Amino acid sequence: MTAQVSLVVAAGLLLVLVVELMRRQRLREKYAALWLLVSVAVLFFAIFPRLFTGISRLLGFGLPVNLAFALAVFVLLAVAMQLSFETGRLEDRVQRLAEEVALLRADLPVAPPPDAPEGQDRPGAVE
Amino acid sequence: MPVPSLVPSTAPSRPRRVLIVVPAFNEQGVVGDVVRELARTVDHDVLVVDDGSADRTSQVATAAGARVLTLPFNIGVGGAMRTGFRYAVRKGYDGVVQVDADGQHDPAFVPELIDALAGADVVIGARFAGVGGYSVGGLRRAAMRMLSFGISTLASTRLTDVTSGFRASGPRALALFAESYPPEYLGDTVESLVLAHRAGLELAQLPVAMRARQVGHPSQNLSRSIVYLSRAVLILLLASIRVGPTSPRTPG
Repeated sequence: MTAQVSLVVAAGLLLVLVVELMRRQRLREKYAALWLLVSVAVLFFAIFPRLFTGISRLLGFGLPVNLAFALAVFVLLAVAMQLSFETGRLEDRVQRLAEEVALLRADLPVAPPPDAPEGQDRPGAVE
Repeated sequence: MPVPSLVPSTAPSRPRRVLIVVPAFNEQGVVGDVVRELARTVDHDVLVVDDGSADRTSQVATAAGARVLTLPFNIGVGGAMRTGFRYAVRKGYDGVVQVDADGQHDPAFVPELIDALAGADVVIGARFAGVGGYSVGGLRRAAMRMLSFGISTLASTRLTDVTSGFRASGPRALALFAESYPPEYLGDTVESLVLAHRAGLELAQLPVAMRARQVGHPSQNLSRSIVYLSRAVLILLLASIRVGPTSPRTPG
């Protein structure tokens, strides 16, 4: 019983956190959608644990907790892959922007490399 | 952003206006000499792409008389070259010769590379093809050979040195590379050849002699060689199955 209560509280907190982050526009919808789904699902099954047990038995799991672990692993894997994908895309965009910056800077009237102080200069990092 | 459309041509052609592109990362010690030697030896504009150097590469190259593009941070040779290709296309050049900033590449071979563009879209200055002495150690050499074999098989042309950075690109290759030169590691050498081949371009090589590096040392130890080899294998495998532009495209 106490385990169930703490699970409900935890899932509720997660849900509140996700909604709050979305409200403050700190979390984009495309990422929030997944977390909303996860927190709602956890909350739902924390309130109706028998349903979860039933599903796990239906799927042939000896212990319901194994289904929970399997689901957790897959969800986290999916999130990690999505983040890798997004990171790659961002890297590509940043790089193309850097290339554009170099090209545009060459067309500025002032000669491209700003003559930074000797030694510790890093072109472009000064402005 | 105006991206000139690719002149529809079905065969390689000798470029009329050639830009020499020198990607440089922390090469202040030698890039000046390289630029000056190029100016003495050949009659083409020289562009140095400073790949986010922390030293005075940009200033030294400018002082030596090169045009200089300065990237705000280091993005790798592939990205630096893509910047150079794009600059060339936007400024109306139709050929690019890549020359490394470390002084390994002898400018005397530049005219030959450009002449060879009459018969191929990409001409590689090959180091192991008989002229001059150039050697690298065991495992890295094995990796280079394997890559060469892989690309040769793919392109059905005998190429012996696909990792060479000394190469010339003709009008058709320029249009392709300005848009989609592979920016990742080894992409600038190996993967770009796969890309060119898949876009229907012709590859060829020209034997060249290499000089010893004037400054700096090539990275050669066992662990690095192993990393190099595995990345090479991965790149070759990926490149052969990757979905990409199959013809030079002209985005708006």
